[in-house]
Amino acid sequence: MTSDINVAGVERWASALGGAALAAYGIRQLKDRSPSGAALTAAGTALIYRGATGHCPMYSAAGINTADSRDDTRTALSGARGVNVQETVTISRPADELYRFWRSFELLPSFMHHLVSVEQLDQCRSHWVAKAPAGRTIEWNAEIINEIPGELIGWRTLDGSEVVSAGSVRFKPAPGGRGTEVRVRLQYDPPGGKLGSTIAWMFGEEPSQTIREDLRRFKRLMETGEIPTTDGQPRGNR
Amino acid sequence: MKAVVWHGTNDVRVERVPDPTILNPRDAIIRVTTTAICGSDLHLLDGFIPTMKAGDILGHEFMGEVVDVGTENTRLKVGDRVVVPFTIACGRCFFCERQLWSLCDNSNPNAWMAEKLYGFSGSGLFGYSHMMGGYAGGQAQFVRVPFADVGPIKISDGLTDEQVLFLSDIFPTGYMAAENCNINPGDTIAVWGCGPVGQMAIKSAFLLGAERVIAIDDVPERLKMAQEQSGAETVNFDDEQVFDRLKDLTGGMGPDACIDAVGLEAHGHTLDSYYDKVKTATMMATDRPNALRQAIHACRKGGVVSIPGVYGGFLDKMPFGAAFAKGLTFKMGQTHVMKYMQPLLDLVQEGAVDPSFVITHRLPIDQAPEAYKTFRDKKNECIKVILKPHGETVH
Ligand SMILES: NC(=O)c1ccc[n+]([C@@H]2O[C@H](COP(=O)([O-])OP(=O)(O)OC[C@H]3O[C@@H](n4cnc5c(N)ncnc54)[C@H](O)[C@@H]3O)[C@@H](O)[C@H]2O)c1
Ligand SMILES: [Zn+2]
Ligand SMILES: [Zn+2]
Repeated sequence: MTSDINVAGVERWASALGGAALAAYGIRQLKDRSPSGAALTAAGTALIYRGATGHCPMYSAAGINTADSRDDTRTALSGARGVNVQETVTISRPADELYRFWRSFELLPSFMHHLVSVEQLDQCRSHWVAKAPAGRTIEWNAEIINEIPGELIGWRTLDGSEVVSAGSVRFKPAPGGRGTEVRVRLQYDPPGGKLGSTIAWMFGEEPSQTIREDLRRFKRLMETGEIPTTDGQPRGNR
Repeated sequence: MKAVVWHGTNDVRVERVPDPTILNPRDAIIRVTTTAICGSDLHLLDGFIPTMKAGDILGHEFMGEVVDVGTENTRLKVGDRVVVPFTIACGRCFFCERQLWSLCDNSNPNAWMAEKLYGFSGSGLFGYSHMMGGYAGGQAQFVRVPFADVGPIKISDGLTDEQVLFLSDIFPTGYMAAENCNINPGDTIAVWGCGPVGQMAIKSAFLLGAERVIAIDDVPERLKMAQEQSGAETVNFDDEQVFDRLKDLTGGMGPDACIDAVGLEAHGHTLDSYYDKVKTATMMATDRPNALRQAIHACRKGGVVSIPGVYGGFLDKMPFGAAFAKGLTFKMGQTHVMKYMQPLLDLVQEGAVDPSFVITHRLPIDQAPEAYKTFRDKKNECIKVILKPHGETVH
């Protein structure tokens, strides 16, 4: 929760992945006019010069008992409302490194393809922009409600947001030195009406598949430094 | 550039397509000097592998010269001469770290497709359906190689393309098939299929210490090659009952290990093979596994059935009771090519093996469509075709 943790995090992150490599990756995506590319370049640059944001000192004030509720999103959305999704992946990297990358919310669009950008407003709050149908975007604010450095991040959308959702990501060392089990829980309330359908659209017909693909891209980025693709390769006439 | 493009069952064409470019930091672009057609490509030609799309560039056995590298690729440089493994692997995941390269977790962009069918996905492959990554293949003048800091092996100038090209697939594939047999002194290995993979498996079984190898096929020139090039005994299944003959040749015991180098398009004259033919032709089955059935049936008690031949779906009428009753061990899968490239290159360099003995046809890439059919129909004594994408070159 101190600024020296931030700097250490950036250094570690940069050595594992290469801040420059990430920026380059973003620039390439930018050429492809991908909005996440723009975000990634900005984030990469921001990280290189500014360092990642710190932990939220306020999460206990949000009324969540960190010891008990852990990664239970139901506390945040008061009950098992809406849609619940849970996905797990094992990543061959240390928990600490994965946590630090994820905690740099600006970087999330690099592997969460429905996101356009995430901006850290202060240590607790962040502003999210996601793709919506017909080329539009949808925005909301979120706050961290639970955080154990190196282990857990929990968040929920702020009161008054048009999207009602909560989530958590937990990083647990895997047995036998296999790296880290990353478990994401996501809960969202799809109310009727326009916005309800937007969030349903965002996560598709199979929300767990969307989360699984996000996690898969996260794993690949962290393990290999890139996300495999064939977009832009040659092919014959169709 | 020119490339061999799949358009549908029995429809392979040579077309002009855009040149490939670097897409990821660890990529490289290779100017292909020699490429080959594999028995696996025939499964695509015949429409047995799902998730192909018209316009897909074929080819997974190729080598050439590095002409461009991505920013993070520090292992290769422009001008390097390399052979590229057909499996694409990241080098850093759980599976790569355990030398299970063809099971890499990170190289298939369409892993979800394979997961739907198989539970989990193997590695990406060049030119081998969208389920396996949808990567453009190397039967082309240029090809993009992802994770090119892991797979490609550098080749010195003293060796010809023909001597080293098959490090990309069939030599490691035959070698792994033989290694999987766990060969002990005195062992007899039976090999179904004397195509290029079978030939490499036979040669490798001897290299690994087999006493005898029995080669099974019904194509005379392929049986002849197995005998002349490697010293195998042969069984022509047109003339003989395979099970009876194998039993007779092994003093009544059965072969210690059986290699199925045929795969899902086996043919034959037994009742079960007609049954498979009808069922696959009418879309009621995915594979024609009669060589595999025979291998299981003929294998000695406690033996190994090693399966380099490709299977895709749900296999009908498998004699699993026989496998169980005899306590057989099964080994199979796409080859972990990277594991074998260096040791096998050493064997080639020492002159212990020259895998080019299988080549019967050397053609310019423009003749690929006819070459596919010649190879499939085993016309003109065709056993292995190599293609020259830029015409003849120095190597
Ligand atoms: N595991 C891998 O990584 C890998 C790599 C390369 C090829 N393969 C597979 O290996 C198999 C063989 O490849 P290839 O290039 O040698 O192909 P090929 O088509 O040239 O050879 C197959 C041979 O099997 C013979 N055959 C057919 N039915 C038979 C039967 N019932 N009994 C005995 N022989 C029979 C054919 O006459 C032919 O000679 C294919 O399935 C191919 O996809 C697998
Ligand atoms: Zn092959
Ligand atoms: Zn891997």
